[in-house]
Amino acid sequence: MARDEDMVLKSAAPRSVKASHIISQIILHTILILGSAAMIIPFLWMISTSLKDFGQVFIIPPKWIPDPIMWSNYPNAWNALPFGNAYLNSIKIAVIVVTVQLLTASMAAYAFSKLKFKGREVLFTIFLATMMIPGQVTMIPTFILMKYLGWIDTHLPLIVPGALFSAFGVFLLRQFMMSLPKELDEAAIMDGANHWTIYWRISLPLIVPAMTALGIFTFMGTWNNFMGPLIYLNTPEKFTVPMLLNQFKGQYITDWTLMMAASAIAIIPVLIIYLIGQRYIIEGIALTGMKA
Amino acid sequence: MDEIRKSTRDGAWAALFLAPQVIGLIVFSIGPIIAAIVLSLFQWDAIGTPLFIGFQNFVDIFSGGSDFWIALKNTLYYSVLTIPVAIILALVLAVLLNNVKGKMIYRTIYFMPQVTSSVAVCMIWLWMYNGDFGLINQLLSYVGIKGPQWLTDTRWVMPAIAILSIWWGLGYNMTIFLAGLQGIPRSYYEAATIDGANAMQQFRHITLPLISPTTFFLTIMAVISSFQVFDQAYIMTGGGPAKASTTLVYLVWNTAFQEFYMGRASAIALMLFVMILIVTLIQFKFSDRWVNYEI
Repeated sequence: MARDEDMVLKSAAPRSVKASHIISQIILHTILILGSAAMIIPFLWMISTSLKDFGQVFIIPPKWIPDPIMWSNYPNAWNALPFGNAYLNSIKIAVIVVTVQLLTASMAAYAFSKLKFKGREVLFTIFLATMMIPGQVTMIPTFILMKYLGWIDTHLPLIVPGALFSAFGVFLLRQFMMSLPKELDEAAIMDGANHWTIYWRISLPLIVPAMTALGIFTFMGTWNNFMGPLIYLNTPEKFTVPMLLNQFKGQYITDWTLMMAASAIAIIPVLIIYLIGQRYIIEGIALTGMKA
Repeated sequence: MDEIRKSTRDGAWAALFLAPQVIGLIVFSIGPIIAAIVLSLFQWDAIGTPLFIGFQNFVDIFSGGSDFWIALKNTLYYSVLTIPVAIILALVLAVLLNNVKGKMIYRTIYFMPQVTSSVAVCMIWLWMYNGDFGLINQLLSYVGIKGPQWLTDTRWVMPAIAILSIWWGLGYNMTIFLAGLQGIPRSYYEAATIDGANAMQQFRHITLPLISPTTFFLTIMAVISSFQVFDQAYIMTGGGPAKASTTLVYLVWNTAFQEFYMGRASAIALMLFVMILIVTLIQFKFSDRWVNYEI
């Protein structure tokens, strides 16, 4: 009925209304395309510079398409510092943190949403309260702890805290577990299942969307983390990708072609993964409103 | 009786399920918070014997002994430059985007910088801002403006970092606004159109009030993150020139890991926390004047 009326309204609309609609669409798209250009141009500028030879960088006005195209900048940048190593380090750290954090946070979420025990509300409130504390407050004592453990210049300070503690992760997964129907659990208990079975077989499969969202931004946050590696790592072989890029900058600051090639090496794989999985990434972020 | 037995059994399971995260909570959050408070009362280089000095660290900070006021001024300046533009721009773009076809493609493009690491973003903008050969000054020269030496000019370094941050975070803010806009019923706009309200009036009287919870959330998040700005200042300018981009977190890092005053750095970090807390509470206090939770 409503749709029929809509149809009638549309077909009865005078030609001028349609024309003004088209004009407004053109204006909107023009503004949005200009905005998109502003978002993309820095990346294009990076790629353009990364394919120039040293002299072309200083030509005014700048040429967007280099002549000759210096593909060799890429192997040169890749070989200048251990980028392959850095990628392995970053992948290792991020994968361990994400896997263990998803496990520990969902376990805690299960306890907070499905189990009755003394002090539950108080403990949960403490978890929430710690989200207010900026990382810089805990950074210095944590550094001193790591120093006493002999973990400086290892990957452990970048792995263990993230794997074992995520107030946000516990909070997010608990919210999702609270919304699961209780009937399933009760039926499983009737059948003699214990809590581990219910958690693993029933609750976890039902919160996969929330787990995916948490996994994505824990991964992004760990991958892009800069201050952690800056404080804890000293040996270039142990550096993560952002940290190695920073090292690269220290050594090649005046050579913009190599600098941009190195930046592209650090960015392009991540951008490709993003373009493939962007739906999940963006929707996960919209879902929870959390910054990676 | 059954209830009691059930709850003690539940208690054992709860201990098992909670153990990893509670250990993490104690070791990596509550323990360090308490340690930071204790540490702020000591002078310590992380190697020798800590020396108890009472509130001397705080006295030093407030008497300007460690660039605290400069860093605070820079951080506030950065926040004022960044937050309003970032929020307004993201809202306008989200509203425009909500009315066109191809929303997904635009959203993908605007979100791109958000997945890029801070170091890579800063490297690109370091080159964009290059005073002689950077793209920004090239583009400005086409319209007859001679651009400044962005990152080495004390007047321009903070605006330059702010522009970068707005660009970097735009996709995130816009995505959250878009999600918020989906929650406003179409029928409100249809009714307004029938009543003869134009696009501007609809934005003013429907969108703006109904999106206000999202605006409020994003403003809170923006304040918290802009108070903690560090990567840009460290990577692009090293806090300079002449301390013009020394932010509070840069000062914490520098005090702790360059000058090795662990106690004083903890004191500055605690002051940062107190400031974030106060500003957030003030925002909550005044939120009922403009945030509308009824749909």
